[in-house]
Amino acid sequence: MKKEIIIAGFGGQGVLSMGKILAYAGLLEGKEVTWMPAYGPEQRGGTANVTVILSDQRISAPMLQVYDIAVVLNQPSMDKFEPRVKPGGVLIYDSNGMTRKPTRTDINVYCIDATDKASEMGAQKTFNMIVLGGLLKIDPMVAIDKVMLGLKKSLPERHHKLLPANEKAMGIGAEIIRKTA
Amino acid sequence: MEEVKLMKGNEAIAHAAIRYGCDGYFGYPITPQSEVMETLMDEAPWNTTGMVVLQAESEVAAINMVYGGAGCGKRVMTSSSSPGMSLKQEGISYLAGAELPCLLVNVMRGGPGLGTIQPSQADYFQSVKGGGHGDYKLITLAPSSVQEMADFVGKAFELAFKYRNPALILSDGIIGQMMEKVILPPFQPRRTNEEVRKECPWGTMGKTDDRTYNVITSLALEADVMEATNRRLQAKYRQIEENETLFEAINCDDADYVYVAFGSSARLCGDAMEMARRNGVKVGVLRPITLWPFPTKEIERLAKRVKGFMVVELSAGQMVEDVRLAVNGCVPVEFHGRTGGSVPSSEEIWDVTQQKLIKK
Repeated sequence: MKKEIIIAGFGGQGVLSMGKILAYAGLLEGKEVTWMPAYGPEQRGGTANVTVILSDQRISAPMLQVYDIAVVLNQPSMDKFEPRVKPGGVLIYDSNGMTRKPTRTDINVYCIDATDKASEMGAQKTFNMIVLGGLLKIDPMVAIDKVMLGLKKSLPERHHKLLPANEKAMGIGAEIIRKTA
Repeated sequence: MEEVKLMKGNEAIAHAAIRYGCDGYFGYPITPQSEVMETLMDEAPWNTTGMVVLQAESEVAAINMVYGGAGCGKRVMTSSSSPGMSLKQEGISYLAGAELPCLLVNVMRGGPGLGTIQPSQADYFQSVKGGGHGDYKLITLAPSSVQEMADFVGKAFELAFKYRNPALILSDGIIGQMMEKVILPPFQPRRTNEEVRKECPWGTMGKTDDRTYNVITSLALEADVMEATNRRLQAKYRQIEENETLFEAINCDDADYVYVAFGSSARLCGDAMEMARRNGVKVGVLRPITLWPFPTKEIERLAKRVKGFMVVELSAGQMVEDVRLAVNGCVPVEFHGRTGGSVPSSEEIWDVTQQKLIKK
């Protein structure tokens, strides 16, 4: 098993932490993991992205040209990464703020309206967990209980009261994600 | 058994330094290595092990604080990224000249000049050919994983004290910023002053009645004295070359073609090697772990058997010169590099390998 994932969006959307939670869950399942952020100046007000690889074997390159799964949360990220999904792979996008729909027909495209849902719930900060819930519905590469354990370990104790809200957000994400192509 | 943790390479360096009983860290922030000092400040080891962590007023000040600490036999370190390492070069030459053990860490970024904050390996020459003045060598370790970032802190201190020589961990923005699994070393207490005196009888820890005073200096105005120092240094360097060369050979035994790459480039070549093998081409990866001493003998040995070498670096071609010296014209040595913070994909590496080396 090897999953090569890019998660990309605006700085501040929780892209890097979503990747970290996913990587942590992979670690807790005994997998090899790498988490490689684009740490450039582009993060400031522009796009942020992180490459996460989960594998049963030693991982060589932590930076990739093509991906099994791309999670794109703004237009620049869709433009950059839609062409780099492997044929037969998965593209997940949030339609909020997008000016065009994905055009590839050789990949599986899913839409998750996580921005709208998060503001409807009055819980904007759980946005990335809604997306993660959707991603894990489409590809259950790690178990939800490992994600929660990973979250618990990476959050300072004073934030542990937020864990139920995050778990709920993942559940909602699993419900609202829908296949569009 | 220590817990498996997920952290950045830079963070692993900091945790490992505390655990290997480091006495003092002196640095100045610069991307992409700032997490080293940030993690040390978060961990506040002055409250636990008594380790000093100090943000100096400049890189030049930091390296000279290292000189002072090392002169007392203390286990001290500094870290920076390329432009900051350039500033430290005078101090590094003095440390090498005065034969002081210490740990230097360079998390390389693209240059020349202020350059970019993106990853690079273009400080190879600076590190292994002497970035400062004079005939000196740095023991240079090139980690290719977060685990090695942690492990090499211990290895570097061990070699530095064994040979009374500065040791450098030469990393880059990829290994520094990437998170991976890591098992940190167990806690070793800092050495007591008694233990430091025993391990470093040359140190300036205060004169005792049983000996004359110790002098730490790189200055010897008389040519014959300075030449004697140089002879001693060179003899030591030959000994290090003889005993301490490290490399990793992946699938080299049956290989027709071999990638030679260090650090993050070796990781990229690992995937290119798998692409080659899927296409029925027997390719291996030789990863120098010590860049100085360089695994010349192993490359010489492989050159008698393989059809060619492909050297991949995040530079315009630096280590490739040492590979060519080792191969000495026996078989072709081709090169692929990207510069200025750009990183080649594994697909690109495999494509270029076919064009330049295999289909030729």
